[in-house]
Amino acid sequence: MSNLIGPVISAEAALRVTDLRTYFPVRSKGLFPKTVGQVKAVDGVSFSVQPGQTLGLVGESGCGKSTTGRSVLRLVEPTSGRIEFDGLDVTEMSSKEMVPIRRKAAMIFQDPYNALNPRHTVGAIIGAPFAVQGVKPPGGVRKAVQELMERVGLNPEHYNRYPAEFSGGQRQRIGIARAVALKPKFIVCDEPVSALDVSIQAQVINLLRDLQDDFGIAYLFIAHDLAVVRQISHHVAVMYLGQVMELATREDLYSRPLHPYTHALLSAIPIPDPRAQRQREHIMLSGDLPSPAAPPLGCVFHTRCFQAQDICAVEKPEIIEFEPGHKVACHFPIVEFLGTAPITGPDPGLTKQTGAAGEDRGSNDLIREIGTDYGAAPNTPIDPGPAIWR
Amino acid sequence: MAEKANPQRAFLEVSDLSVQFPTEDGIVRAVDGVSFAIERGKTLAIVGESGSGKSVTAQAVMGLINKRNADVSGEVIFDGEDLVAMPEEGLRKLRGNKMAMIFQDPMSSLHPFYRIGDQLTEAVNAHEKVSKASARDRAIEMLHKVGIPAPAKRFDDYPHQFSGGMRQRVMIAMALINSPSLLIADEPTTALDVTVQAQIIELISQLQREFDTAVILITHDLGIVAHVADEVAVMYGARVVESGSVDDIFYHPQMPYTLGLLASIPRLNQVHGDRLDPIPGNPPSPLRLPAGCVFNPRCGYQDRVTGDLCQTQRPALESVGAGHRVRCHLPATERQAVAELVLSALGRSSA
Repeated sequence: MSNLIGPVISAEAALRVTDLRTYFPVRSKGLFPKTVGQVKAVDGVSFSVQPGQTLGLVGESGCGKSTTGRSVLRLVEPTSGRIEFDGLDVTEMSSKEMVPIRRKAAMIFQDPYNALNPRHTVGAIIGAPFAVQGVKPPGGVRKAVQELMERVGLNPEHYNRYPAEFSGGQRQRIGIARAVALKPKFIVCDEPVSALDVSIQAQVINLLRDLQDDFGIAYLFIAHDLAVVRQISHHVAVMYLGQVMELATREDLYSRPLHPYTHALLSAIPIPDPRAQRQREHIMLSGDLPSPAAPPLGCVFHTRCFQAQDICAVEKPEIIEFEPGHKVACHFPIVEFLGTAPITGPDPGLTKQTGAAGEDRGSNDLIREIGTDYGAAPNTPIDPGPAIWR
Repeated sequence: MAEKANPQRAFLEVSDLSVQFPTEDGIVRAVDGVSFAIERGKTLAIVGESGSGKSVTAQAVMGLINKRNADVSGEVIFDGEDLVAMPEEGLRKLRGNKMAMIFQDPMSSLHPFYRIGDQLTEAVNAHEKVSKASARDRAIEMLHKVGIPAPAKRFDDYPHQFSGGMRQRVMIAMALINSPSLLIADEPTTALDVTVQAQIIELISQLQREFDTAVILITHDLGIVAHVADEVAVMYGARVVESGSVDDIFYHPQMPYTLGLLASIPRLNQVHGDRLDPIPGNPPSPLRLPAGCVFNPRCGYQDRVTGDLCQTQRPALESVGAGHRVRCHLPATERQAVAELVLSALGRSSA
């Protein structure tokens, strides 16, 4: 199957999703509503996340990234496809059968105000997973909860306080403590920092990375902010209207994007560096996102694409492995993007450090030297991941 | 009342503006001695986190603070007139006419029950006696200018029939329909997607050039600031802690909070290591602003200041270069050393 992302190899992926589809029915109004159409919120998405790694899922609102996250945890029923945790197929499991599985998988929500019950104490909130799953931690729940609070940077003495007494950043820490309480193997993070102030965002991102290092948790990190995703992800998938447009290692996606949509997204993000920003070329996409209830025929992106040709309106491009480990769904991927470089002029230090990072990729060196890099940090401590992508 | 504009004065000059709300829990100091100036055709960005007082500053400039439940003091001189002292009647003549505002959430700032055409022509009729037909023509022309396809047809649509980006365009059309000379945009793109955000920012700058408008842009996004601002005021704890040209703020920042902000944002062209360097702690509550320097509980460089100045004395906004002002007790040499330290970690020197 050409639209499979990642060759089917070992069953060790913390999460493997194959051809996932989640459709919502559109009903007619009236006394006897009939199903008159479908919103294809997620339409044939495949990816896998390795233990201890992060897959960033980016896209604009309405692209289906949150529905993907919820479908994966079966909080929304997928229409078809296959979801495996740790090699175990959970797609057809009943909600009863799911209970022990839910110990292995958790979720962190976007809005730290609505995700916590205002009438429960922090102790009860973080301790809830223990109660639900009937887990008795050594030393008692209270001790375990206080250790968790300490671990995520909350004062354990605040055990009996209510969510309203905490700031947004602290509430997100409470949500994180609850998610990691049972040491899950996999967490869906749905826009975990987008509601937070910038100085607090950085604190939470660092915390998520530390927890990943300590417990070997795999994240599906859903966000619209490409700069934030770059900070935490090993691999990144770009979604548009329910489909994955491009999937690659972080390095490749940010330094050598292939899909026109990825190019447009990257160039639309203003860089907090006035001189670099002034020199960038901007790809301005025209129009808005089409309605997911009536997606365009052919390539879903063709109505806004600056590369589109006749075939794009007719034939849907399958997602293919264009280069080892770099998948793209486009008839005309941008291989030579030297002309549309979004950041010109190498940053100080960038060329200096190139040698160490670009060892295994000759072509990348060339691109970096002439300064057309989208800015992937060359001296990256994140390992691009095992050979599943190759 | 209308004394003629002093040629020495900036087009809009805000000096020592303070806004206090008395509440049951005590006095909320939302804005505390804020000063800035802006000329026509220029963009001033006010940057800060939630609760830093940036939105209240904007509302106070527009005269939108209800003086019955707030204390507003200081001066807002707009084209020669003081808006703080001006009675409501005079303000109403200016708002939507010579000065206008765009809000963050385009859904809740458009009336859901009225057609957008009626809302647009209302803005015209409020300030000018024009015929129904010519008001309609102007509204359609404005909708066309902000890039709404088939404006004559969309004129009769309701707000819910527009997408978020299109609604924000309608808001911009409404704000600019009387060609204001001052436009305040309060987080105009925060609710929008990045590709749409780029369109809206471009649209605002384009219309700004056309009408020679002074724009005050309120945002927390330093990327947008770098993209459009000429001048920047960084607010923290109800005060401006640093202000200057956009290059001053991004390449020669001196206040530890500005430095911390620059170090804590993930950036696409980041060259330093992979970890972010957040500012520790949380922003202060406007009910309990710290004594001395408002940033002192989170500042890592107090040991470079002699004595307990930071905890006890409020630093003055001190000039450190042409148009560049900093509110910090650090001695000049120390301030530069600190800036050098942070900027080199960010992968660029301040030189």
